[in-house]
Amino acid sequence: MSEFTGNEIIHQYLRHNKRFPHVLCAGCGHGIVLGTLIRSIHDLGLPKDDVVIVAGIGCSGRLAVYVDFNTIHTTHGRALTFATGIKMANPQLKVICLMGDGDALSIGGNHLIHAARRNVGITALILNNNIYGMTGGQSSPATPLGAKSMTSPFGQLEKSFDTVELARGAGANFVARGTVFHVKKLENIMIEAIRRPGFNLVETLTPCHTQFGRKNKYKSPVEMYKWLKKAAIDKERYDELPEDKREGRIPIGVFVERERDGLEERYAKLRESFRKTSQGGR
Amino acid sequence: MARRKKHKEIFALGNEAVVEGALLAGCSFYAGYPITPSSEIMEIMAARLPHLEDGVFMQMEDEIASMGAAIGASMAGRKVMTATSGPGFSLMQEHIGYAVMAETPLVVVNVMRGGPSTGLPTSPAQGDVQQARWGTHGDHPIIVLSASNVQECLEMTITAFNMAEKYRTPVILLLDEVTAHTREKIEIPHADEYEVFSRIVPNMPPEWYKPFEETVRGVPPMPPLGAGYRFHTTGLTHDRNGFPTSRPDEVVDLTERLHRKIDQFFYDIQLVDEVDTDGADIVVIAYGSVARSAEYAVQQARESGIKAGLLKLKTLFPYPRRHTDKVLAHAKTVVVPEMNMGQISREVKRVNMGRATVRTINRVDGQIVTPSEILKVIMQG
Ligand SMILES: Cc1ncc(C[n+]2csc(CCOP(=O)(O)OP(=O)(O)O)c2C)c(N)n1
Ligand code: SF4
Repeated sequence: MSEFTGNEIIHQYLRHNKRFPHVLCAGCGHGIVLGTLIRSIHDLGLPKDDVVIVAGIGCSGRLAVYVDFNTIHTTHGRALTFATGIKMANPQLKVICLMGDGDALSIGGNHLIHAARRNVGITALILNNNIYGMTGGQSSPATPLGAKSMTSPFGQLEKSFDTVELARGAGANFVARGTVFHVKKLENIMIEAIRRPGFNLVETLTPCHTQFGRKNKYKSPVEMYKWLKKAAIDKERYDELPEDKREGRIPIGVFVERERDGLEERYAKLRESFRKTSQGGR
Repeated sequence: MARRKKHKEIFALGNEAVVEGALLAGCSFYAGYPITPSSEIMEIMAARLPHLEDGVFMQMEDEIASMGAAIGASMAGRKVMTATSGPGFSLMQEHIGYAVMAETPLVVVNVMRGGPSTGLPTSPAQGDVQQARWGTHGDHPIIVLSASNVQECLEMTITAFNMAEKYRTPVILLLDEVTAHTREKIEIPHADEYEVFSRIVPNMPPEWYKPFEETVRGVPPMPPLGAGYRFHTTGLTHDRNGFPTSRPDEVVDLTERLHRKIDQFFYDIQLVDEVDTDGADIVVIAYGSVARSAEYAVQQARESGIKAGLLKLKTLFPYPRRHTDKVLAHAKTVVVPEMNMGQISREVKRVNMGRATVRTINRVDGQIVTPSEILKVIMQG
């Protein structure tokens, strides 16, 4: 793995002078996810032309515009459907989806479970900031019970999704969770997720102090990162904790590792079988 | 010269003919969700596509996903199609708008059923004509075609693909249940008898390429993903490089170009068939299966000495104004029979501006419009 994790690498992948300054708030975690993604792609040695970034709509969706790959900013919640079409049409491409928690779990929840079920060869990155950032701080399916938001002014009454369990149940090949505080670990996870065949999902906890922090006792970006540092705990250590000590802690690490063929590979085999028996299609 | 081989003839449903047309046009990707009365298109695609060298068939989780996958596959360089019916068509609208904005070629077949809502799932209707035109949000042009018999289902599907590729736009093919579920003998044309157009790909070095720049034809070339032309595509209003913009001049520039690239090719896009319209006193303007009833009615009227004619619309939008205008200038009466409350007759009235008498026949009871019904109105003059 490369020893350079600084600007030297990242600058090779940015669209210079085109879309800067960027739209993110200072201190937003989304930029760290993008930086990690770039380093992961660099470490894997993937040619820029082979990478397709498909993004949804939200602050997270805006990231695609800054990087010099094939980039597609789609519709809210539907990034995975576009990605499925791209991957099935051209399996040579590395298809990576960037989605917000509202994007992936709410409006796009159905597409998420079906992409996982199909095990189509996509790396799905969910940038979970526990809130709808771009639309101004309404609650999302990842807003914790009791947390305040523009649409839960008296505290969220609905339980949030456990993305990892959801993706595991739906059949994803690889499921992991990281945070933008634990960057090195996140990078290792991301490399693994991009490298593998099939549907690979990484949920990254990324703070939105502007919308989430403001309403929930985190006065500054720094306080949000401190919270991440404290709350996140390695999955192995979390499992050993007694039930009463788990409150407020979030396990991170790799939760599911399977080695199943992607749908596109199964499809190619089907076509191959027809060619062997030389049955014409027309 | 060697004797020409006879056309292959098959006995096919309208829906089946759509598949034949799509495959002749080079379609290699289908994504859809089942719904009556369009399902046969999907079922036959499922059986046929895996036999092609690079064919892909996908049954998606819903119509929104189907359109998303279709757009993605088109961006990856495929000719793609999806088919649906009323409720599914409504779900597709956001992505149809996206395909317009991102200039992504694809074909959407909508076999109309009665509505609104889940309506009359198996009865013929033509209720989605204005939805096809105005279903998605914002200002944009769209190409909407129709077919009135099984042979035309094949031909208009090829035309739909060609227009989609030529103009980098989604094209909607509207069928009604009667056309889709009629079984007729059709001829499969020889390969040199129909045009197959594929999108123009850029041949300049990638650094020179501007993905959304005006060209002589108004339509920018489109490379497949992964071919070395890295650019940004978005549903947001964008500049010529594809980057989001809200600069008024750039917003207007894009919106106008999207309209212009369709507007300037009216002659190529607006397709009609005219039967005895020259010097006709009474002209029926019809489309879909209703045009067949109309043709029979016009023939009978002619036999009883009435100077009747038929203007059959194969393109519904951009509305064939030029042809309608010609008819309206000479005919005393124009009859517009439809299986809806008057979705094309309002276009006719718009063009008419009070010149001829416009009579409408509207059926919304899930029954076809019969020749005798049309003949009766023709007889009234
Ligand atoms: C169909 C549709 N519904 C609603 C919206 C409005 N919208 C834009 S972004 C967004 C939510 C963004 O939140 P999230 O996905 O969590 O991403 P974040 O901005 O927090 O990164 C919504 C609801 C939309 N663009 N499209
Ligand atoms: S609103 Fe939140 S998610 Fe969006 S850029 Fe600002 S901090 Fe980041």
